[in-house]
Amino acid sequence: MATKYDWPAAEDRSLIGKRHNRVDGPEKARGDAKYSYDRNLDGMLVARLVTSEVPHGRIIGIDTSAAEKVKGYKGHVNIQNVGDEIQWAGSEILAICADTEEHARDAAAAVNVHFETLPHWVKDEDVKKAGEANRVKPAKDDTKGPDLDEAWKSADATVEGYYGLGIITHCCLEPHGQVVDWTGDEITVYASTQAVARIPADLAKGLSRDESIGTVAAESVHVITPYMGGGFGSKFNIDTWGIACAKLSKKTGKPVKLMLDRDEELKVAGGRPSDYGNIKIGAKKDGTLVAYESETWSTGGIAGRGSPPVPYVYNNEERLAQKARHLNVSTNIGPARAWRAPNHPQAAVLTMCPMEDLAAELDMDPVEFFKKNADLTARPEVYRYEIDKCAEMIGWKDKWHKRGDSGDGPVKRGLGLSLHTWGGRPHDSTCEVRIQPDGGVSVNMASQDLGVGTYTTLSVIAAETFGLQIPDITVNIGSSRLPISGASGGSTTVGGTTASTRRAAVNALDELKSVVAESLGVEADDLAAKDGKIFAKSDTSKSLSWNDACKKLGNRTITGHGKQPDRNGGKLNDSGVGGVQMADVSVDVETGIVSINKIAAVQDVGLVICLEQCESQVYGSLIQGVAWALYEESIYDQTTGTMLNPDMEFYKLPGAADIGELEVHMVQGKYDDRGVIGIGEPPAISPGAAISNAVANAIGVRVPTLPLTPDRVLAALENA
Amino acid sequence: MSSNKPHDGPGEGPRYGPRKGFSRRTFIEGVGIGAGAVGALGAADQARAATNEVVGPDPVSITLSINGKTHKLDVEPRVTLIDALRNMLDHTGAKKVCDRATCGACTVIVDGSPVYSCTMLAIEAEGRRIETIEGISSDDAMHPVQVQFVEHDAQQCGFCTPGLVMAGKAIADRNPRPSMADVESGLCGNICRCGTYVGVRKAVYEAARESA
Amino acid sequence: MQNFEYIAPINTLSAAQALSPDAGVTAVLAGGTDLLSLLKQHVETPTRVVSLRNISALRGISKRGGGLRIGAMATVEDLLGSKAAAPYESLLQAARGITAPQVRAMGTVAGDLLQRPRCWYFRNGYGLLAKSEGKALVPSGENRYHAILGNKGPAYFVNASSLAPALISLGATVSVAGPEGEREMSVADLYRIPSSDAERENTLAPNEIVTEINVPSASGWSTATYEVRQRQLLDWPLATASVALRMRGGKVSDARVVLGHVAPIPWRSSEAETALKGKAANESSGVEAGKAAMAAATPLSQNKAKVQLATVAVKRAVGMAG
Repeated sequence: MATKYDWPAAEDRSLIGKRHNRVDGPEKARGDAKYSYDRNLDGMLVARLVTSEVPHGRIIGIDTSAAEKVKGYKGHVNIQNVGDEIQWAGSEILAICADTEEHARDAAAAVNVHFETLPHWVKDEDVKKAGEANRVKPAKDDTKGPDLDEAWKSADATVEGYYGLGIITHCCLEPHGQVVDWTGDEITVYASTQAVARIPADLAKGLSRDESIGTVAAESVHVITPYMGGGFGSKFNIDTWGIACAKLSKKTGKPVKLMLDRDEELKVAGGRPSDYGNIKIGAKKDGTLVAYESETWSTGGIAGRGSPPVPYVYNNEERLAQKARHLNVSTNIGPARAWRAPNHPQAAVLTMCPMEDLAAELDMDPVEFFKKNADLTARPEVYRYEIDKCAEMIGWKDKWHKRGDSGDGPVKRGLGLSLHTWGGRPHDSTCEVRIQPDGGVSVNMASQDLGVGTYTTLSVIAAETFGLQIPDITVNIGSSRLPISGASGGSTTVGGTTASTRRAAVNALDELKSVVAESLGVEADDLAAKDGKIFAKSDTSKSLSWNDACKKLGNRTITGHGKQPDRNGGKLNDSGVGGVQMADVSVDVETGIVSINKIAAVQDVGLVICLEQCESQVYGSLIQGVAWALYEESIYDQTTGTMLNPDMEFYKLPGAADIGELEVHMVQGKYDDRGVIGIGEPPAISPGAAISNAVANAIGVRVPTLPLTPDRVLAALENA
Repeated sequence: MSSNKPHDGPGEGPRYGPRKGFSRRTFIEGVGIGAGAVGALGAADQARAATNEVVGPDPVSITLSINGKTHKLDVEPRVTLIDALRNMLDHTGAKKVCDRATCGACTVIVDGSPVYSCTMLAIEAEGRRIETIEGISSDDAMHPVQVQFVEHDAQQCGFCTPGLVMAGKAIADRNPRPSMADVESGLCGNICRCGTYVGVRKAVYEAARESA
Repeated sequence: MQNFEYIAPINTLSAAQALSPDAGVTAVLAGGTDLLSLLKQHVETPTRVVSLRNISALRGISKRGGGLRIGAMATVEDLLGSKAAAPYESLLQAARGITAPQVRAMGTVAGDLLQRPRCWYFRNGYGLLAKSEGKALVPSGENRYHAILGNKGPAYFVNASSLAPALISLGATVSVAGPEGEREMSVADLYRIPSSDAERENTLAPNEIVTEINVPSASGWSTATYEVRQRQLLDWPLATASVALRMRGGKVSDARVVLGHVAPIPWRSSEAETALKGKAANESSGVEAGKAAMAAATPLSQNKAKVQLATVAVKRAVGMAG
């Protein structure tokens, strides 16, 4: 049933689905955008953390006497206390502040913490050894679908193999942290966060646990985050350092800045769990997949983690016999945080790589094999279409060859693919859209722009609704005192915020129309807003410019309210998408060095709002995928229990020369009726599996674990 | 926190001279320096060089030339240029990310070359021409590199952007027709985490031609 | 970073005096690209930093005699832009391996030679010999980037210099100034494998500075450097080979082969040199030379791949020079 809130029909969209410059682009390009790290408040103090050097132990003494004598020292607060058990190196013990950054570092260096050390374990890949260290617990043992024994009997070809990928860390360029200014009863927090609206309650709760502070009301906390420098799932909470920073501000009566150092950021503020597994997979001669069996294990720190959703995408429970066992490895490393599409990238590697190996075993072109089994997925038609489109983009027909490039010379070329899915259900959101008598329009909500384009998408929605242009709209987000909207995680933001904004804008426009209708002498229902005018559809000569229309408001400002979800608010969004990616790589078999020639990505997200920012999200996902497919991994030393590469030299990320050519196709028009669906997670899932499959195709053997470093590639070649 | 603030001229804020016992730390006094060196050194530097004085560890009064303006400030010798810019002069465009001469977020241009400001002591930047992101555009017009960054959506979270813009400007300043390989080389000292390189490469390639 | 006092003398003698042991723990600041990281990590904690920036005599690159004189404070950018350096192919190829424009602009040639090892145990505070509670961490630890030659202990790190293999293969020398004046030595003699905690990886006294690098004429030599690194740009090399070949009648009559990033010192391989003599210079003789160079390799638990990478580096460098 159509409602007035529905998205305009395709022919009526002048801005939705088109290319637009990012509205916050100039401010960022000028270096004027103020991030939390950039706040310099009058009289501000600088705080540093003191963290644990031991991976496991008990605090038996904290001596701050020397630190308190350091020049410029202003105060410290304990985060953990004598008697507390430390579970990972880098664990936060106290925060200390001083008048300058240099003095804060001096003071932090002068703190002495004494530990009673306890046995630690930081390794996860060798599950046998981890078991001997008593670090392994069963986490899952699920059997689904048709009888497994029968399925194996019916299989004409089976592949058994070992696959996996190590731990990576978020490495947000703006580290976690904040500036807190606690003045009187008002606590202002400039936080680098993905959850502006959630932080007040989080901080208030954390502070209220401290008896010396007493109950703090969430309403007294004001979070301000117009810009933030990367989160990727790691910045939802105030964290210990945020609470400590607030306490220091209260204690000293000054604003305090506490941003993590790079090594702290990598050790404790990020972390995507590993996954390793022995996978067995089987199919009939014609390529019909019949069974998938896995024993996987992984770590996400001391608490372990959930199990990956395997088999991934190809998981029809009526037709595919499946058994998944998972073991949890408990390690003394910084705890895992959500990373774009939690568990899915790992599941893609553990499914798409064995599938490609099975296609090779069957002597089938993987494109045909993946398409043939599309009925085992939740959206067969989407995937078949996307596989064909992506194959065309990468030149699969011309370039694909059977396993092992038979060409001369040390450089071998290969193609590989993977596919993925994600929900992206919109989060709850409330919005106020204001129309001023001077024609000004603002969109107001406590959301945040992580760099995905929220300023731009909301501008587009309001401008489209009012028949205005993007510069006519002011978007106010990044403050917790605005109407509440959800945290930005799980690809939920664009669906939630565009819906609440659309509804608020339509409601505001209705009010304006009723005012204009009177002055034009027409029915409000007869009015339309387009091209900077409000006019009668029945008689276009009855028309007012937007500004003249708004003047009719006199002194009144219209405030339109909108929310998500809204049962009567029309069909504006949905969840559940599919995507396909294909990689074209070269491998130097003498050095084991993999380079990217091209990656192609096809992605369905329902209705695209801002095409260019959508594409940017996919480009970014592919580049991050190149990073974890080829370069990045957190490396821990068992003897000392420390992370050896908490830096940006040996925690390797790709540069501009490492990414090859990237081509992105957003599916537009086909699924617009579903409404808006998030884009942050889906394209971040497949790159690793697609690249690994391309390498296998190039060199003729599987490199079992990611990242595909030269030593791993050479070892795979040698073992072949 | 007055010692942490720049002061505009004599009489404002504390001034730190050489430490007591200065004369014992003077190795060669009154030695002239060659004309070539004079040209390369600022006035304060010449004075310091001519006396070979030991300064610090207490704050030292220095003068920095940033975007054509001179700034006087008192810095401990260990203060890096990035920290002086961000913490003392509120020039927060350049970002501190790796703080180890790897990621390029702190890139500024010194005497025409891109440098990592996290890895240069502020005291060593005295007498040199420092350009920061704040100085390359006017209120009315952005630098072509900045314009093209917006045109090609060469940014997401934007935290790496100022460093990449400055690295891009350094490319454009030196080469009006860089190849894509030249662009990639010129940007290789900068790392973006969101993954904006597709737009960044195009932006710098186009901007160099435009600003030629 | 611990605070320090700072001095920027205008000549090498006063620099040497400023580095006097009486001044406490000192450090020399040239381009700063390595030193500042070491200071921030508290790997080095000098109470005095002596900057060489005001010593104009340390700058510049020029022809001298038939060879090349590189001032210690000449930057990598200076080297790459120098006409005088153009005949030294292998040196320029090595310099191009230092990819970041920011490092090229700041980092100096002498600083490249004297940068401290990138060993992650060292950089994380476990000392040059990477020990914890007296136990060597590298042999049973994370040693994928560590030494495959000269690694019998107690040192396992690899020399980090990009330029040293090329300079050694070109027969370069360094001038070193100290309080007693200048001395000259081969670039190879700058380095040693430390045998105890008391030793550094270079042979300079704390109050000595490198003033210039002298490279003899390369006339009659075919030279090349091949660097294996994982990322296209901006990455530490996994293995490097620099070769200098003198050819007579299409055959190698004299050869110098120096490997980088495989041992605690730049590793000159007489085995590879012998293998090349009397052969044509091409990839097949290069493979033999690479294998000869690696015959004595003793890889650790995780770095067997480096044997292959070093072999390939030699092969490709010989192929390029041939």
